[in-house]
Amino acid sequence: MSNGIAHAEGPTPTHGHAHAHHPALQHHFDTMSQQREAGVLGMWVFLLTEVLFFGGLFFAYALYRSWYYDAFAAASKSIEILPGLINTVVLIASSLTMALSVRSAQTNQRKATVNWLIATIILGSVFLGIKVYEYADKFAHHHVPGASFQFAHVPAPGEPHVEEAVAGHVTTMGPDELERTTQIFFSLYFTMTGLHAIHMIVGIVILFIITWMAHKGRFDDEWHAPVEMTGLYWHFVDIVWIFLFPLLYLVERHN
Amino acid sequence: METPVYPAHNYLSNGHTLKSWLLTKDHKRIAILYLISISAFFFLGGLFAVGIRLELSTPQGDLFQPDTYNKFFTLHGIIMVFLFLIPSVPAVLGNFLIPPMIGAKDLAFPRINLLSWYLYIIGGAFTLFAIVAGGVDTGWTFYTPYSATSSSTNVAPVALGVFIAGFSSILTGLNFIVTIHRMRAPGLHWFKLPLFVWAHYATSLIQVLGTPVVAITIVMLFTERAFGFGIFDPQRGGDPVLFQHLFWFYSHPAVYIMILPALGVISELVSTFTRKRIFGYSFVAFSSLAIAIFGFIVWAHHMFVAGISVYAAMVFSFLSFSVAIPSAVKVFNWTATMHRGSISFETPMLYVYGFFGLFLIGGLTGLFLATLGTDVHLHDTYFVVAHFHYIMVGGAIMGYLGGLHFWWPKLFGRMYSDFWSRISAILVFVGFNLTFFPQFILGYLGMPRRYHMYPDEFQVLNVLSSGGAAVLGLGYLLPVIYFMWSLKYGAVAGNHPWGASGLEWRTQSPPLTENFLEVPTDIPEAYEYTPKVVREAKLV
Amino acid sequence: MSSVHVSPLSTYLSIFAALMVLSALTVGAAFVNLGLLNPVVALTIAVIKATLVILFFMHVKYSSRLTKITVVLSFFFVAILFAETFMDYATRGMPLAPYVLK
Repeated sequence: MSNGIAHAEGPTPTHGHAHAHHPALQHHFDTMSQQREAGVLGMWVFLLTEVLFFGGLFFAYALYRSWYYDAFAAASKSIEILPGLINTVVLIASSLTMALSVRSAQTNQRKATVNWLIATIILGSVFLGIKVYEYADKFAHHHVPGASFQFAHVPAPGEPHVEEAVAGHVTTMGPDELERTTQIFFSLYFTMTGLHAIHMIVGIVILFIITWMAHKGRFDDEWHAPVEMTGLYWHFVDIVWIFLFPLLYLVERHN
Repeated sequence: METPVYPAHNYLSNGHTLKSWLLTKDHKRIAILYLISISAFFFLGGLFAVGIRLELSTPQGDLFQPDTYNKFFTLHGIIMVFLFLIPSVPAVLGNFLIPPMIGAKDLAFPRINLLSWYLYIIGGAFTLFAIVAGGVDTGWTFYTPYSATSSSTNVAPVALGVFIAGFSSILTGLNFIVTIHRMRAPGLHWFKLPLFVWAHYATSLIQVLGTPVVAITIVMLFTERAFGFGIFDPQRGGDPVLFQHLFWFYSHPAVYIMILPALGVISELVSTFTRKRIFGYSFVAFSSLAIAIFGFIVWAHHMFVAGISVYAAMVFSFLSFSVAIPSAVKVFNWTATMHRGSISFETPMLYVYGFFGLFLIGGLTGLFLATLGTDVHLHDTYFVVAHFHYIMVGGAIMGYLGGLHFWWPKLFGRMYSDFWSRISAILVFVGFNLTFFPQFILGYLGMPRRYHMYPDEFQVLNVLSSGGAAVLGLGYLLPVIYFMWSLKYGAVAGNHPWGASGLEWRTQSPPLTENFLEVPTDIPEAYEYTPKVVREAKLV
Repeated sequence: MSSVHVSPLSTYLSIFAALMVLSALTVGAAFVNLGLLNPVVALTIAVIKATLVILFFMHVKYSSRLTKITVVLSFFFVAILFAETFMDYATRGMPLAPYVLK
């Protein structure tokens, strides 16, 4: 853990484990407790930065929803609810399994810790798989902002019909304006869910590492802070989705 | 007193391979890595400044193409803000000194500290790539829709570079916060800490709260540029001013990231070279926190003429006055410290004297700009340029240089040339005023910023400014020479060449990798210069 | 021995059940026309869900004061971002003076 031994003249013992300590103790810390508290506080400060990070996106969403409510409603209606709802259930369940793995680590149950972590990985992967399906669907419908974007496109006479107007949605916007401003919704949709998905992927990679460490017996009731810290991160990612789901999928469903 | 002996075993001698430096976890070695890299970027940013001042020596735009000139001031700003000023004091002095100041062996997360440096280098590399590929011409502020849609220059790589460098800044802040909360030596409670530590704590709060917002703004800009998303695109209903709100929500607090650590340095220097405890310690400590917090609520004073509502402008203008108060509190307390103190004039203190005048002028002119009515006339003129250079260069860089001159003997165990360092300090002060005071007048007279040409009647002031820049440049180059010279030929410094109090002075110079053989247990109040403490700490 | 609070299994399961119920409620409420209250209800439920996750899954209820301050601080600064920026957008286009000079 240290980057070299300071061969100082004087009474300092050279690094030879003359003092017994937990194998995971890093030498700039005095106790395991201090090391754990530092790690957990560090993760909380990191999550603070993540709240501010996503916060900017949520503000942009709030502003444009207040400006272009019709477009947001129409766009939101065009998104299938069911995959989103399944994903919500899946992600919350993964938060449960993550919390249970932390609890198992706290109570020194190695196999249970590993199993709950694996369950979390599986559920997280299911979430991502469904996201892939959803994104593919968006691409197929030309709902990706940019040059090829099409939404509720009213075909000119003779032009082949490529996109159906949003059924039943009453709007005061003309089709051109609707198409233009729904691009903003979908820009936000892809940025927000894309960023969230990237966080999930990173989380799953971390989960693999932590699962391996747990499997190798690196954690016990005295030292399991990495599992706790991973849990905090994972729960944060869940919370972001808890807000994304109603804001993106459920803008106006009662029409 | 016997001549000090250079300690054979120290953090510099602990490993000579490239690997021992590039894979180090020692906060002191990481600080040196930062010192070298930010110095390199400082001179690169300075080169662009040379280009600007050369062009502005004549009223015509006769040196560069207008687009090239735009790239020069853009790159000068980006490099100086993101790759020099923001890391400078925290990454070099903060990294090196915070653990010994609190009696710790290292920061809380040494590997994340190293990662911070690598992220900084990668961010710098993206910027260098953009320069080589033809530069960026949007201004360091990247306003949309020009940056998102129209500009044909390398916005995307620079945006990525700034994004990555931003994470370097966030991780440094995170590290400092956890370190200061959890790694203080036993018995070292908050109000015994040096004010340097308080200043870095407040800075770190800004770094972790503000930087993520500019990060997400850059993400949105990047998606617009690279994927054709439309969040800021007016043609699709987007608001370009939204970019400005989100950008300045970070970039205003960012200026406090740049100045607060330097203010922390000044506290240390004032105390040492007046041989007195800082007057109103708690006030100065809390003023750092106040600056950090107030700094977050005033950002739209950069946007008074951007099209925001007049009522919002009035609110932001009113709030902007509040930030001046904690800054003034510091200046008053430093002054009160010097009253009836034992004042001396070593080189670090010369930088402090220069700092006082320049920070004062910079701060007061900030009030002129915070005033909505006058800002409408002064916005985007050289008055603004002069104001922020007085704070950033006259304040922050003077603080950084003062700190570097103060702690150099601790970092490297060697003293530099007293004579040349004083010459340098004077050149910097004179050069600085010659460069930037005329710019207040130019701005008042109406010369716009970011223009490569100007009316003939402004030439005299511009030539003065360019001449001053040459003097200033010389003042910056000299330290490179005498600092490097000192590494091999400088007198051995000993533990505490200035007779300063503070835990970092109770270790050898340069320190051991682990900072202390034994962490001191009987830590006195900060800035104790009573005879008893002086004796026990064996201060001169 | 860990001095950190260990929540009983029942706590986690009941919070999970609550989150499921609230998720169903969110979807159900979206299909009812509550006018201006629709977004309010949706956000309120989201905040309640998030609070449950924070307090119990993330153990903030049993954490140090510093942790609690960190959580509150993050939302406080997002609130500043929202409040002051919306202050601009909400007052755009408002007349400068309540009266007109003749």
